[in-house]
Amino acid sequence: MGFSLVLFLFLCLTLGAARAEAPLKIGFITTGPVNDLGWNYAHEQGRLFLQKTLGGQVETTVMESVPESAEAERVLEKMIAKGNKLIFTTSYGYLEPASRVAKRHPDVVIMQCQRSVPASWKNMGTYFANQYELMYVTGFVAGKMTKSAKLGYVSAHPVPVLINCINSFALGAKAANPKVKVQVVWTNSWSDPALEAEASKGLIESGVDVVVGQANALPVVKTAEKIGAYAIGCNADFAKLAPKAWLVGSRFNWGPLYVKMAKAVQDHTWKPGNYFYETKDGYYVLSDFGTSVPAKIRTEAIALKSKIEQGKLMVFAGPLKDREGKERVSAGKKASQQQIDNMEWFVPGVEGALPKK
Amino acid sequence: MDDLAFITAVAAGMVRSGTPVLLAAVGECLTERSGILNLGMEGIMLAGALTAVIVSYLTGNIFFAIIAALAIGALIGLLHAFLCLYFHVNQVATGIAVTILLSGITAFCGIDYVGKSIHSISAYKVPWLSELPFFGSVFFNQDILVYLSYAIVPLTYFLINGTRFGLSLKAVGEEPRAAAAAGVSVFRTRCIATALGAMLAALGGAYLSLVYAQGWTENITAGRGWIAVGLVMFASWNPWKAVLGAYLFGLAISLQLRLQAAGADVSPYLLGMAPYLLVILVLAVSKLRQKKIPAAGPTALSIPYLPQV
Repeated sequence: MGFSLVLFLFLCLTLGAARAEAPLKIGFITTGPVNDLGWNYAHEQGRLFLQKTLGGQVETTVMESVPESAEAERVLEKMIAKGNKLIFTTSYGYLEPASRVAKRHPDVVIMQCQRSVPASWKNMGTYFANQYELMYVTGFVAGKMTKSAKLGYVSAHPVPVLINCINSFALGAKAANPKVKVQVVWTNSWSDPALEAEASKGLIESGVDVVVGQANALPVVKTAEKIGAYAIGCNADFAKLAPKAWLVGSRFNWGPLYVKMAKAVQDHTWKPGNYFYETKDGYYVLSDFGTSVPAKIRTEAIALKSKIEQGKLMVFAGPLKDREGKERVSAGKKASQQQIDNMEWFVPGVEGALPKK
Repeated sequence: MDDLAFITAVAAGMVRSGTPVLLAAVGECLTERSGILNLGMEGIMLAGALTAVIVSYLTGNIFFAIIAALAIGALIGLLHAFLCLYFHVNQVATGIAVTILLSGITAFCGIDYVGKSIHSISAYKVPWLSELPFFGSVFFNQDILVYLSYAIVPLTYFLINGTRFGLSLKAVGEEPRAAAAAGVSVFRTRCIATALGAMLAALGGAYLSLVYAQGWTENITAGRGWIAVGLVMFASWNPWKAVLGAYLFGLAISLQLRLQAAGADVSPYLLGMAPYLLVILVLAVSKLRQKKIPAAGPTALSIPYLPQV
């Protein structure tokens, strides 16, 4: 009897110790394939960085192309059943299914990638990084490089999160060259390569010599390379795929954030809430410069970036008028976060239609 | 940019944007004339697009990429024909199943090819012809697949209306029992027609990946296969009219993108709808005009053929 009790205690202890040493299982779900050279690619790079940095302490898995529906709930349940204690849901559309699953599993932490949500979660949080600020820097590079003073911008849908990027890009471009115009073409699709390529071609034919690809940048960058224009992209580094056309881009850098979150969960210091990061935090970064950008422009661009990081340069600082001449931000003030998150107007110099209210 | 340059650019864009739909629509025309409805066009385009990317990546040869896309198209066409003709399954259901299956398979198999640099197709100016005012830069400053489409349309028309095979094709599409009594193999004729049609759809898919995207993207077709199927009805099963429809669709796309690039202040939503709206409108108008003539579709279209009964 005594012996079996000792054995039992011993087993409990060894198992308990083994449990403590067991790696933290971390799951990721994405809406599309992880090598799309876009949104999902950025998250996958983050996951790989996390696995590499924390090594044996974590065990990460990713489920790709999970629809933003009840299917997501099923996949999340499956991940939890497999022992995942921290799950990153990497698209806006997962908010509802993720909240429901989080409620059912208080011992699991779910991090939802999106702008702040007013909610009182116990085991869920959101994370996102400021994208528009660095678009000011890429706009500056475009403004310096253009000879025709006409920049083209191929974008997906006229929604605030894309509009504030376009405005920031245009303000940066105008800081470099006040005569610059930014021509926007909406494809009305998050991904339709034929449309994006044809749109870029149309822009270049109309005299544009720098094109920007936003949602799905690859066809835009490749078309520029083929025809002989410059290109700026988002979400990935296209320097190798378009050596002549590539100027610069901006992309997410989720890796360090994922490491931070994983450590916080391991140490039980993680707290629910909305985690929103600014440029200085380094989770949204400039990509490499293309070979065609002269050293002087690179230095100036990097100087601009540091000014933004130090808070010395506010992109949407007053006095700021929209292109109809209506004052949006008065002198001496800066745009509020709410104004930026709901931006539905263009700054002067941006051309292209916006849906009317 | 002056007016003529703008119109030329719009027209050249029309040809490019229309070509993938054109190829699939002409293919569907051929298939439907034999009495087989192939709703798998969207999926077959996807398969053609991915196959072309894989082969172009592995071999670095555009010619092999196109041949491979055609081959995969033929294979899937035969599969659809076999299901319809041997098992007599519902053609609507099979076609939709083929599309759903292939969008899944291509998404899965394409994962490793996203963002890969491939040998793509560039424009090739046809000597002499490209010098023609307007028409030269619109039609003869394109790529080889566009030139191939110029040959495919009259060839398909000739195949349907000028050959013995075409006669059998129309016979099995209208009265398969009578055709069979006259010694025509319904099974073989329909198999060939479906395979040929699917090959053209796969070629249309290859156009999207080799010319436009210059690589693979999941769901690269974005519904163009469905547009092609719809166009066939609008075209009253005539390949020439299908060309018209496809170019109309291409024109709407090219025009809306270039109007935006030129800074026209029209709602982006309205412009985005234009290609589809235009197709529906023309479909309706053309049907109105045909009111007196009974439906022109092949009589035996999508009806399972059971020779024993």
